[in-house]
Amino acid sequence: MKKPEKELTVEQKIKRRTFISFGLFGVYAAGAYGAWRWLYKSAEETAGITAGARRPLRRALNKTELFFRRLTFNENHLVKTYPREMAAKIIRHNSDIGSAGKLPPENWKLQVKKINGETLQISLNELMALPKTEITYDFKCVEGWDQIQHWAGVKFSDFIAHYKLDAEAKLQYVGLETPDKQYYVGIDMPSAMHPQTLLAYQMNDVLLSGNHGQPLRLIIPVKYGIKNLKRIGTMTFSNTRPRDYWAEQGYDYYSGL
Amino acid sequence: MKVIKEKHPLIMRWTHWINFPVLTIMIWSGMLIYWANDVYSVTIFGHTFVRFFPEWFYKTLHIPQRLAEGMAFHFLFMWFFTLNGFFYVLYSIISGEWRYLLPNKHSFKEAWQVLLHDLHIRKTAPPQGKYNAAQRVAYTAIIVMGLGSVITGLAIYKPVQFYWLAWICGGYHLARIWHFVLTIGYVFFFLVHIVQVILAGWNNFRAVISGFEVVEEQPKPAIETNSDDEKA
Repeated sequence: MKKPEKELTVEQKIKRRTFISFGLFGVYAAGAYGAWRWLYKSAEETAGITAGARRPLRRALNKTELFFRRLTFNENHLVKTYPREMAAKIIRHNSDIGSAGKLPPENWKLQVKKINGETLQISLNELMALPKTEITYDFKCVEGWDQIQHWAGVKFSDFIAHYKLDAEAKLQYVGLETPDKQYYVGIDMPSAMHPQTLLAYQMNDVLLSGNHGQPLRLIIPVKYGIKNLKRIGTMTFSNTRPRDYWAEQGYDYYSGL
Repeated sequence: MKVIKEKHPLIMRWTHWINFPVLTIMIWSGMLIYWANDVYSVTIFGHTFVRFFPEWFYKTLHIPQRLAEGMAFHFLFMWFFTLNGFFYVLYSIISGEWRYLLPNKHSFKEAWQVLLHDLHIRKTAPPQGKYNAAQRVAYTAIIVMGLGSVITGLAIYKPVQFYWLAWICGGYHLARIWHFVLTIGYVFFFLVHIVQVILAGWNNFRAVISGFEVVEEQPKPAIETNSDDEKA
């Protein structure tokens, strides 16, 4: 037998609705807190090409990057450039990892490892004989600062064309390392081939000094500073992600702007 | 006689309570990021009034040396912040709730009167609907600020690909400043909001969880059935 429905008084209705809604709110709050604890305490990723981030956060980072890259990356999107005179006179210096001290150009050659096993050895004079490209743009550090700077060197795509590295440029990544292997970056090919990416040897019209990557460094305006490797020793090409100093320390591998 | 009066729709309550922890995480992870280049301060005529942030502040909250971690959290929770805000706005538009929220032509003048009333300078407050004029201005402003955070955030995140957003913000450098100022704005909003909620009392607070308010109503004579009146 079903009991006849008794009309609740207003007081009872208030009590009942308050009880139910606060109960649900409590469940939601506990669930949200639990989810946060789970995320915060989640295990670190297995150290590999990337390391140092919580496993779920690394996955999210990769997926988000890929989403925005597919949505927006376009080699026709150029980094904003500025009049030459707006460039800073004193260029900010942040890190010396892999490029401390001096390395005079005569004691250096760029080692380019081709996919046929051959290694090209290229001197600075040879590079300086190639068409020179200059850029004045806002250099952006992952820390949050930015500075308008003037750089000059060989456009990466010109370099590829001149040394007939077309087969190499069909691979997905370029790997760059300092001569002492202390600092290393991996760059996706579309960003490397971006028309504003330079193998730079001049800063404010003078050859690079010791603490700015003497004698040759990467200037890649579509990436954060961490990818702008100073003092390039070797260049490799691959279809897998080359090792990357800051990606091993919890930063995003792509780090594109 | 006590009467139950529906006040806040379910979706409004959900988005509000989702936003609260999500925005908290966004502000916290934002501080982890900001620490790496903490150059902002309020300096007038060479005198620094506030430095963002003092050492004790960082130490208490364990902020230093966590930039990568901060970015990882920030770039995940930005999705929840944005989508939640998007659903709230969409709902407000479709349901017509925006009518109670958007300031009208009287709101700005009245908001001033509400402020004076709340500060006990003025005795009477202007008549109000679901929200008073000050609330209309504040709750609309906070949505505009949210949109501002998304736009300035995207401009900092991808200043090259979203060059047009960076342009709208006055460039990359300025976008980062706007992004920071908006965050300070949220903290101020939160402080005032909390004080107002406490002052408004239990009935008002309950409504944001249960959806209804209890109001005292004089029983209207019309309720007493008058057999003569067929039109009732």
